[in-house]
Amino acid sequence: MLTSMKKRLLPLMLILAVSLVFAGCGTTPTTTPAPTSTSTLSGSFNIIGSNTVTPLTSVWSENFMKANRGVSIAVSGPGSGVGIASLIDGTTDICQASRAISAKEMDQAKAKGVNPYEIKVASDALSVVVNPANPVTELTIVQLSAIYTNKITNWKEVGGNDMPIVALSRDTNSGTHVFFKEHVVQMAELPSKDTKLEYGNKVQMLPSTEEGVSQVAGNPNTIFYAGLGYVNDSVKAIAIKKTAGDAAVKPSVTTALDGTYPISRPLFYYTNGAPTGVMKSYIDYCLSAEGQEEVMKAGFVPLAK
Amino acid sequence: MQQIDAAPAAASASREGLRRRLRLGERVIEGWIFLAGLLAIVVLLGIIFILLKEGLPIFAHTPPWEFFFGTRWYPVSDPPTFGIAPFFVSTLMVTLISTAVAVPIGVACAAYLSEVAPPKVSETVKPIIEILAGIPSVMMGFIGLALLSPFVQSLFNLNTGLCGLTAAIMLSFMSLPIIVSVSEDALHAVPREYKEASYALGATKWETIWHVCIPAALSGIAAAVMLGVGRAIGETMTVLMVAGGALAVPVSPTDPMTTMTAAIASGIGNAVRGGLQYQALFAVGLILFILTLAVNIFADRVLERQKRKFAR
Repeated sequence: MLTSMKKRLLPLMLILAVSLVFAGCGTTPTTTPAPTSTSTLSGSFNIIGSNTVTPLTSVWSENFMKANRGVSIAVSGPGSGVGIASLIDGTTDICQASRAISAKEMDQAKAKGVNPYEIKVASDALSVVVNPANPVTELTIVQLSAIYTNKITNWKEVGGNDMPIVALSRDTNSGTHVFFKEHVVQMAELPSKDTKLEYGNKVQMLPSTEEGVSQVAGNPNTIFYAGLGYVNDSVKAIAIKKTAGDAAVKPSVTTALDGTYPISRPLFYYTNGAPTGVMKSYIDYCLSAEGQEEVMKAGFVPLAK
Repeated sequence: MQQIDAAPAAASASREGLRRRLRLGERVIEGWIFLAGLLAIVVLLGIIFILLKEGLPIFAHTPPWEFFFGTRWYPVSDPPTFGIAPFFVSTLMVTLISTAVAVPIGVACAAYLSEVAPPKVSETVKPIIEILAGIPSVMMGFIGLALLSPFVQSLFNLNTGLCGLTAAIMLSFMSLPIIVSVSEDALHAVPREYKEASYALGATKWETIWHVCIPAALSGIAAAVMLGVGRAIGETMTVLMVAGGALAVPVSPTDPMTTMTAAIASGIGNAVRGGLQYQALFAVGLILFILTLAVNIFADRVLERQKRKFAR
């Protein structure tokens, strides 16, 4: 019984082995880089950081890897704070960030012999979104600050329905969390600026931007902030007034570029020292006209020329 | 003559060799098992050492009193404040509710499977329940986000469905399989004589389950409950996704909240190694560790008392 099985198996295995050898022959030519590509770049590096910048970095790195077959780039977006911590700890090559590195982080980096090199790669109009059923269409920065410090807790206080406000935020890993805290909650550009203000303790800290946007789409009480790239038809972007006397401006590429939208911010790449080799070629591509075109497509604001 | 003598001598020699080989094999296996046991202890000691080494320095910045009873957690502010009372209360609340939901259902389910259900039913249902234990926690988080949280929100007329209650219900689903499976085993192990004696005295099925089977299996059931509690305390991904993430000390289970595990998971990523936030989060981990240790010691005491009661 056993031996007959073995006898029957033997030819099968032979066929398998032979076909494997041939299969190997067949694939070998295709795995070598296409000779038409003039690029001789090769290498691999990783990019860790902002959840906001991730969709843009993904497009850039995919395009770059398509054009340069020898290059491999790994992208992940747990948050700007994570990216900067990784850069300081030496576990990432490029850090993507939706906020500038803080003085404290700079000191920590210097203490570990890391020299963060800042490259501005695009801008973002930080959008405030509500459920489409919410009649509120515009808010001032002061009102937003009051909402996020739990001083205003009902939509009727800002001209909406008699409904409780559920303020959603990203968690502390997020650069957007920090940027929003400084520029909206603490009102950095207003005379009423107060750096002692913090998010109220009823504000819900969510682990991802996607979760916040889907909560807003499903719950008419909620308000959330997200990069322009995350705003879709399921939510409504609020027009922002810098002060009660200013015009209300909706977030868009145009309003961010001409500077009328009050909460737009730069997006950065950080490397340890000026980038060299394949990383430099990648960043050059991001900053090129071709790369900046992708910025527009991804819903972000390209750098001014 | 010599030939006749040689045979048993050779046999005894080979038996001797076999015995020696067995002894050698046994020694190797004994050594291997000893090493495996030692490794577990070394790993445990290593974890305790790292938790202490990374966590304790925070008390130089924030005195223990403020750390445990402080209600403000602002790790990225300047200066940062670390008060973990909201996380501690949240963890207790979520764990208690999930245990209160899961234990009656789990024990009742186990009693049904072990004592009432026909063998065919219990043989099919038990593996299905055990499959439930294999669902990744991130999937349970998704289910909580998409299905349970809107339901909880409309049922209790809440502002948001992301709250401690939603997390507790998801956690009770996750600890149910452990509770059912382990208590079913315990009930199954109750000697047939106990039940037969009970029936012989004229007890009904319900009386037999309630007064004989469950008390006899109580040590196993207690172990099952503790395993369930352990799962609920330590679960991270699901509570991170559905518990709401507010930093206030929760007053009601329907408040959004952050448990200790969720606080660690959402903060450790941007904590620079050796920084204040890093130390504070390790200290939270240390407290979590002490908490589970206390649960285990408590469970051990219960089991011991139970055994003594039966010995009498």
